Amino acid sequence: MASAFDRIADIIAETSDVPRERITPDSHVINDLGIDSLDFLDIVFAIDKAFGIKVPVEAWTQEVNNGTAPAEQYFVMKNLATRIEELVAAKSAGA
Amino acid sequence: MRLEYFQMIDRVRSVDAEAIAAEAVVPDRSPVFEGHFPGHPLVPGVLLVETMAQASGYLLLHRFGFARMPFLSGVKEAKFRSFVVPETRLEVSARLEHDGSGYAVTKASIVADGKRICDAELTFRTLPFPAPELEAAMRARAARIGLPGQAPP
Repeated sequence: MASAFDRIADIIAETSDVPRERITPDSHVINDLGIDSLDFLDIVFAIDKAFGIKVPVEAWTQEVNNGTAPAEQYFVMKNLATRIEELVAAKSAGA
Repeated sequence: MRLEYFQMIDRVRSVDAEAIAAEAVVPDRSPVFEGHFPGHPLVPGVLLVETMAQASGYLLLHRFGFARMPFLSGVKEAKFRSFVVPETRLEVSARLEHDGSGYAVTKASIVADGKRICDAELTFRTLPFPAPELEAAMRARAARIGLPGQAPP
């Protein structure tokens, strides 16, 4: 099966106007790829469906806004992929 | 329906955490029909989207126990299959497609006399009520249309 990074990059390319080849592990979803909050909602919806999880976007955003987590932790592609893998693993462990 | 006041849903027939069925009767007269269209009154497609959005919104308010307010943020695959004229009785239904973190997605449709009128996939941002007046107004409106569970906590 494709890696979480590849699956997320494919979703972003399909959901937004960003060419797939522009999406690298070091891409910042907002700063580098120019995804706005509304497009990000569509992407999260697609990720939720594809991975069978509920990406906690509200909690992430709150942490970033409160300064308790750097935005890169959630919005740089390789880190986003890691967070998604963690959510999938947590769901499997709890199943 | 009071089109010019954006009061689109007249009555909730049934609702649970996943789906809602509601009714709306198009008025015989409205200033909306003066422009849309002279001599050929039709409910504008945007107001049919609003009707589906409001049904979805009441579904989400019920699901969240009025803890959050849904705001329409996306409309996909909207199709308008038939004209809607004054005095038409509409059956409006919506089903939860996904309950995400800070957002929700529904699929909604309108039927009249067994005929498909329109359907769409709708996305909502869901936020805590930004003003107590809005929450009070939504609870009051929900009570008027028979949405259960709208009493203040």
